[in-house]
Amino acid sequence: MNTSMNWIKEYVPDLDCTPKEWTDAVTLTGTKVETCSILNKNLDKIVTGQIKSMEKHPDSDHLWICQVDVGQAEPVQIVTGAQNQKVGDVVPVVLDGGKVAGGHDGGELPEDGVVIKAGKLRGIESYGMMCSIEELGSSREFYPEAPEDGLYIFPEGTQVGQDAPALLGFNDAIHEYEITSNRVDCYSVIGIAREGAATFKKAFHMPKEEKSGNNEDINDYLSVEVIDTDLCPRYTARMVKNIKIAPSPKWMQIRLASAGIRPINNIVDITNYVMLEYGQPMHSYDYDKIRGHKIIVKRAADGDVFETLDQQERKLDHTILTICDAEGAIGLAGIMGGQNSKITDDVKTMVFEAATFDGTNIRLSARKVGDRTDASAYFEKGLDPNLAESAINRACALIEELQAGEVVGGMIDVYPVKREPSVVVCKASDINSLIGFNLTAEEMKEYLERIELSTEIGADGDTLTVTAPTFRQDIHRMCDVAEEITRFYGYANVPTTLPGGSDVAGRLAPDLAVNERVRHYAQALGYSQAFMYSFESPKVYDKLLFPEDAAEKQQIRISNPLGEDFSVMRTSSLNGMLTALSTNYNRRNKSAKLYEMANVYIPKALPLTELPDERMTLTLGFIGEGDFFTMKGDVEDILNQLGILGRFKYDAEGCAKPFLHPGRRANIIYDGKVIGFLGEIHPTVLENYSIGDKAYVAVLDMPEVYPLVNDDTKYTPLAKFPSVTRDFSMLVPLDVTAGQIEDVLIQRTGKLCENVELFDVYVGAQVLAGYKSMAYKVTLRAQDHTLTDDEINGVVKKILNGLERMGVSLRS
Amino acid sequence: MRVKHFESLMHGLCSSYIKPGVRNKGGTAIIRPCVIFMTQGFFYKEKEMENTKLEELKKLASDCIREAQDTNALNDIRVKFLGKKGEITSLLKSMKDLSPEEKPKFGQMVNAIRQEVEEELQKHMTELQEKAKEARMAAETIDVTLPAKKMAYGHAHPNTRALEEVEKIFVGMGYEVVEGPEVELDQYNFEKLNIPAGHPARDEQDTFYINENILLRTQTSSVQARVMEQGKLPIRMICPGRVFRSDAVDATHSPSFHQIEGLVIDKHVTFADLKGTLDTFAKELFGPETKTKLRPHHFPFTEPSAEVDVSCFKCGGKGCRFCKGEGWIEILGCGMVHPHVLEMCGIDPNEYQGFAFGVGLERIALLKYEIDDMRLLYENDTRFLNQF
Repeated sequence: MNTSMNWIKEYVPDLDCTPKEWTDAVTLTGTKVETCSILNKNLDKIVTGQIKSMEKHPDSDHLWICQVDVGQAEPVQIVTGAQNQKVGDVVPVVLDGGKVAGGHDGGELPEDGVVIKAGKLRGIESYGMMCSIEELGSSREFYPEAPEDGLYIFPEGTQVGQDAPALLGFNDAIHEYEITSNRVDCYSVIGIAREGAATFKKAFHMPKEEKSGNNEDINDYLSVEVIDTDLCPRYTARMVKNIKIAPSPKWMQIRLASAGIRPINNIVDITNYVMLEYGQPMHSYDYDKIRGHKIIVKRAADGDVFETLDQQERKLDHTILTICDAEGAIGLAGIMGGQNSKITDDVKTMVFEAATFDGTNIRLSARKVGDRTDASAYFEKGLDPNLAESAINRACALIEELQAGEVVGGMIDVYPVKREPSVVVCKASDINSLIGFNLTAEEMKEYLERIELSTEIGADGDTLTVTAPTFRQDIHRMCDVAEEITRFYGYANVPTTLPGGSDVAGRLAPDLAVNERVRHYAQALGYSQAFMYSFESPKVYDKLLFPEDAAEKQQIRISNPLGEDFSVMRTSSLNGMLTALSTNYNRRNKSAKLYEMANVYIPKALPLTELPDERMTLTLGFIGEGDFFTMKGDVEDILNQLGILGRFKYDAEGCAKPFLHPGRRANIIYDGKVIGFLGEIHPTVLENYSIGDKAYVAVLDMPEVYPLVNDDTKYTPLAKFPSVTRDFSMLVPLDVTAGQIEDVLIQRTGKLCENVELFDVYVGAQVLAGYKSMAYKVTLRAQDHTLTDDEINGVVKKILNGLERMGVSLRS
Repeated sequence: MRVKHFESLMHGLCSSYIKPGVRNKGGTAIIRPCVIFMTQGFFYKEKEMENTKLEELKKLASDCIREAQDTNALNDIRVKFLGKKGEITSLLKSMKDLSPEEKPKFGQMVNAIRQEVEEELQKHMTELQEKAKEARMAAETIDVTLPAKKMAYGHAHPNTRALEEVEKIFVGMGYEVVEGPEVELDQYNFEKLNIPAGHPARDEQDTFYINENILLRTQTSSVQARVMEQGKLPIRMICPGRVFRSDAVDATHSPSFHQIEGLVIDKHVTFADLKGTLDTFAKELFGPETKTKLRPHHFPFTEPSAEVDVSCFKCGGKGCRFCKGEGWIEILGCGMVHPHVLEMCGIDPNEYQGFAFGVGLERIALLKYEIDDMRLLYENDTRFLNQF
């Protein structure tokens, strides 16, 4: 929404503020100014001047030496390369030391304009410059009377020495606003002027709605029937005959230009002008093309095809509202007229339509037919039905004012349910306790009536009865009234306090607190935090070597994704981690240690009938220094920090993750439950991700970890009795794992077990084929006595028995 | 260690001594020949001589001590003079031949000397030890500008760093930090926030849908309704989390970003309280000089609503490139919870009221750390991450 200050001043004549003051003030009352452009910012010392004489430059075949009367005692000599001027023309002249907005090529305007100084052109003095419309910062689009190439020439009889930019409407500032969806009324110059008037406490005047039309009755020419009144709460029509198509006057063209609308002709311009002024789009039909002289408003039938005035074929269905004549559609309601009823330059009689359509329907229909037009953008906000009548009358008044035709008397108005003002009864005291200030009912009334919310104060001095005109569709409850008061009282003037009442201790929810701790532990271990997208391409599951029937391939699909690459909710965090590691590898970051703490999304059933299981997942990954056991140590460190102590089991067989090296992967098991997995990335997957190094990952399923977190630490007395260590150097069959041996050592040592430590493993020539050599140090200790030789020997014997059963023997 | 030998001389001189500080192969100290008293017998001859002789013994010891070059030599001297079979100890042993009257006197004299020698020896010993320590330290001098050996700590993502700051501020004000689902029901993301089907706000938010009823939440406001529905009042919570909108990736947009929702519901919570809360928040986050400005705005689920600007923490509000010359930077949206929202969540708006606010986490992170391209946040390049 772009609006000219000059236009606003037409309704708020007493307004006296700079564009900057306006910007700041209306922003603070809720009409947010996004940008403010001052049109004559870089136009300085530019006046109207009349060319008194022209002679050819002696040293040039295209330059002219002109003497120009700029209203000063002596004419000014200006050398120009323009060719479209003649003696007697009045043109904009920038004098020595003045400034113009840009070059005559109409290219991008320089921030600080172009300074014009007296100088010589091929030896002849020139004391200024005559300007084209482009040099003044605009274009032929908005000033169609300007020549394609050359000086802008004012109408004959224009006085010399005048402020030329002002004549062209450049003494103006254009504000661009962000209008919120609840303030449909502010999508209009009138709406913004009303807000501005209230902000600056100035009087606001609506344009006069003069009675228009001849003595005839439109009903003798046309009939209107609205079948689908749910989609069209009001339909008004008026007629104009004896139309004389012509350009609209300069003042109207300048207004349209200020809003970025190109002037076309008087009829089109009036329609656009009223749309900008009132926020009510209108449409005009060629009366002679309306078959049967009857308009019917109804839903289209499925499969209908209609050609709109831009000569596009549109496919329709029963949700789309059409304007029809006796034989068929002549327009898409609120979106675009039809080619078959289009106004052309030879139009004699026309029908103006100003209607109100259901906003949601227009929005959806416009999307369906694939064209969001200026008109539909207004209608989709849901217009006030009472606006239609004002707007159509205003348009007819302008037709008469511009002498563009003869307005037929009367108006057809199909308006079955009249929209009534909304009345809110509330208490001033409630408003005070909602906002936290202390205004009297009278003060509140004053603020409300500034914006035409008429207010009565009840006998109790507290009850307010506020009546909101129908253009304010957003006033329904006390809080709405409170906001209106607060806006004009000033948000800045509301006191600044803090909530009192309940003193609750702040905290992170328990799971979030665990996540935070885990993040910190991972960081202490050297992992930096990565952020990945939650959605990815289903193809990545092939890159990760998941078979067709893998559960991970059962993903939630987004029905309207940004593209295949963002189309399914991830069921595994691996792609994100490997992509990040790959990025680092390929950017030659020598090593990268990353972690991620985020959800994977596991559907309970597909298609989705209930919300999926969002599982918080810790993913650790690294390339560079380290191996499987580094990762294993990091995982255990993190879990230990969470108070998850004791022995973790690692199940290689049970870990079927296809993206991991089959000989270097394991599920992490605690207390019999799988809480995650770790491993080295499968060489094929490394290739798929272009990682030329080994990569290791570990994944913890946080919902399995949360219940294990234990902060209930209790002190164990420091040992009073000495420990005893025994070394076992053994010959172990290759298929027996360290885990199995440790199981035996721990179980057989029982309560006396303090520590079991592997200190040597060797596989190679010196060891019997099919065996490996392993050496363990076992530390025994009793809490309540010094161990006796008998006890120790007993334990050793038990250990040896156990080992023997696995085919393990002691090395001699 | 052993002392090689002494030649006993009745007139009281011995000539064999081993020079301290030089070691023979066996590791024993070689004692330089030196004049020494022999002790037996001469006391009988001339009593007045006794003092002199003792003095000489003492002087001899002192000379040896002074000449000793290291602690080993000193230890040898200690053994020679003060050891069980040392010179001075031997004098005491010879006392048995003295008369009962002479014994104590002689004993006292010897003990005095013994003590003096002991002290002198100890003193020199300390000096030598200090010297040795200094020499060792001199040899151990390092180049302190050589590189530090560091634990390679990992780094929090800038989002998390900003989030933890925000959480700390609100936890300090008594807020609970909670989370809600990212894949959400339409009713929580829209319906219960006063955004019924067909509401234009649904279009503005470019929602990703899974099906008609399930979507990827477009705002953490979805958690408001969930928390209110639980009916545990009063409420004072913030909810950080991931949200999704159908925006293509570029320097300022991402289809997935984060918000922090705040909600306070109590009996007497006012718009002024909201203002104060956000003012406190902004000052904590951006510095005590920060000013806040509320501008009226519209959100379907709050009324009155506001957008909040903070004074540019880069230029202090004068206007700079950072704040695009405005002096203010928009950071969040807020308002008083709409009574209809309260009603839909089973809370009586006549009894309870409250406020809600929503902050874009990336917006804060980008501002605070002056990151100019949002894509960096999802690239996970360690050269970027390690800066935080």
